[in-house]
Amino acid sequence: MTPVLDIRSLARAWDGKPALRDLSLTLQAGGMLGLIGPDGAGKTTAMRMACGLLRPDGGEVRVLGLDVQRDGAAIRPLIGYMPQRFSLYPDLSVDENLRFFSELHGLSRDQRQQRRERLLAFSRLEPFTRRRAGALSGGMKQKLALACTLIHEPRLLILDEPTTGVDPVSRQEFWDLLGDLARGGMALWVSTPYMDEAERCGHIQLLHQGQVIAEGRPAELSASFPRRILRLEGADPQAVRQLVQAFAGVVLHRFGHSLHLVCDPDQEEGLRLALRQANLEAKPQPPTLEDAFFHAVAHGSLAA
Amino acid sequence: MLAVAAKEFLHILRDPRTLAVALVMPLAMVLLYGYAIDMELRALPIAVLDEEGGVRSRQLVEDVQSSGFIQVVERLSSREQIEPGFRHNRFLAALVIPAGHARRLGQGREAPVQVVVDGADGSTAATVGAYLEQAIALHNGRRLPGAGLKPPLRVEPRTWFNPQRVSAHFIVPGLTAVVMIMVCALLTSISIVRERETGTLEQVLTAPVQARELILGKLQPYLLIGALDTAVIFFVGRVVFQVPMNGSWLALAGYSLLYIWVALAMGLLISALVRTQQVAMMIALVVTLLPALLLSGFIFSHASMPLPLQVVGHLIPATWYLRIVRGVMLAGVNAWPREALVLAGMGVAITGLALKRFQKRLDD
Repeated sequence: MTPVLDIRSLARAWDGKPALRDLSLTLQAGGMLGLIGPDGAGKTTAMRMACGLLRPDGGEVRVLGLDVQRDGAAIRPLIGYMPQRFSLYPDLSVDENLRFFSELHGLSRDQRQQRRERLLAFSRLEPFTRRRAGALSGGMKQKLALACTLIHEPRLLILDEPTTGVDPVSRQEFWDLLGDLARGGMALWVSTPYMDEAERCGHIQLLHQGQVIAEGRPAELSASFPRRILRLEGADPQAVRQLVQAFAGVVLHRFGHSLHLVCDPDQEEGLRLALRQANLEAKPQPPTLEDAFFHAVAHGSLAA
Repeated sequence: MLAVAAKEFLHILRDPRTLAVALVMPLAMVLLYGYAIDMELRALPIAVLDEEGGVRSRQLVEDVQSSGFIQVVERLSSREQIEPGFRHNRFLAALVIPAGHARRLGQGREAPVQVVVDGADGSTAATVGAYLEQAIALHNGRRLPGAGLKPPLRVEPRTWFNPQRVSAHFIVPGLTAVVMIMVCALLTSISIVRERETGTLEQVLTAPVQARELILGKLQPYLLIGALDTAVIFFVGRVVFQVPMNGSWLALAGYSLLYIWVALAMGLLISALVRTQQVAMMIALVVTLLPALLLSGFIFSHASMPLPLQVVGHLIPATWYLRIVRGVMLAGVNAWPREALVLAGMGVAITGLALKRFQKRLDD
């Protein structure tokens, strides 16, 4: 089956500095691919090139087999792109924004009516159709932007940090909507800086300084974290810090009342022993995606 | 394209500032300039030092004032008071009637009066001096028939098309050219940049809409506003300043639309070239207002300009429109094929350039 999105060795430099090197990915219908990385990692650059808004320095982007550079006009109806910045007209109402984008995509009056109803119901924006977009809450703004992006029923949805700056409850809601879309057969490519969101993607790529430094299913990635984490409850941080000093490279993190000690596998035995002598019982803590992410960013990969 | 036009129209209606710029500013400018750039001077303040104090001298002062151009604001008692008066700008000139004025007139002798003018403001000084001389000459003719020699030849200047030389008749049509290009360019100059700045352009560009449709769609509502503005300005010119209309309104409307289009296209070009709204507005002001004001022939005639400035002057749309407006309104000539052709050429060229620039910029 032809992948909905197929990117090969995509690269782009800004003023001679590489912003994205050698990005490759494939995305099938119904799939949800996460692009994770800190600010400036190259996420937006990659997505803009995939939409044909930027010309790549190298590599190619294919949407349902069509080349974005060559067949731009044919591809536009297939893609829905939601930029990182709120990109609707704040002085126009919810309804007027929807109407403008449906007209921009050349929908007939019947189609427009039909989809408007459906999208308003889907995004739960019905009570606010006459409100100006600028007066909506952050979460509602993003839902309206999503609705406008979906108005032409694209096969591929590209979302650039859609929930940055949105409250946790609205983020949850938004991702539930995305899940519905994926189940409906749409292909989604989403960038996010949030790990909890990344966990909801079927496959994720960690992007750092323009390069993919790790990728896989979220569970695989956290499992491949090469170090061990020990958890201590209610211990005195000062005392533990003293004790740990004897072990090179062990890192101490505080999470409320608990302490996380991150060590190499071969240090684990000795560390546990030293803690036990101080009457401290350490429990193993399964690594999270966040642990894997920080390690990968600090070391350039998930290798030990 | 219609979708873009409709949306742009909503933007304008929703944004009271844009609407104010579009409708109130031109009106305010025309009223302000129409009154302020009045090239005539009225009620010039002068002082009188009447050392004679008789009937004759009072008649002279009365006659001088009766023209309305000169107003006696102070009576002096000595020459020493003239200088402080000039220094504090209380009056611009002093008329000195020496003692023995009536006696000399009675003897049929020459009876000189002195006019002292404050030269600090050169052009006003010349005007007030000339007015006073004229007033005194009038006085001579009326009160002293047969006195002195009649000049064998008299020059009587006649001005055609604007016989009363009312400066508003000359200023208001020209002002239309200046105000319209400024307002129209200003309006469109921010329209694309605003979308770039707020990020809305990014989403619009992923839609299957062509740059041409976007640009032309954006032009339409502003064309309407520009037309409305022009109508308002001409209405004010006609009603408030009583500018005569000797030609056809229809012809004038046609030429005006052509001119508005050129101005709007200039704004769009600027919009496609720069990154921020502020820069766009600055550039729009600089490239429209000053040249239109100074180089179009509005205030300074092309004939008095050095050649390079004349050349620049002919590159300005306002120059051509100015000729048309003055021609239609004052001279009553409706056909201006050359000027219209130049304007149309400019419109096509600038719109084309804006389109080209805009398409390129999709990429970066």
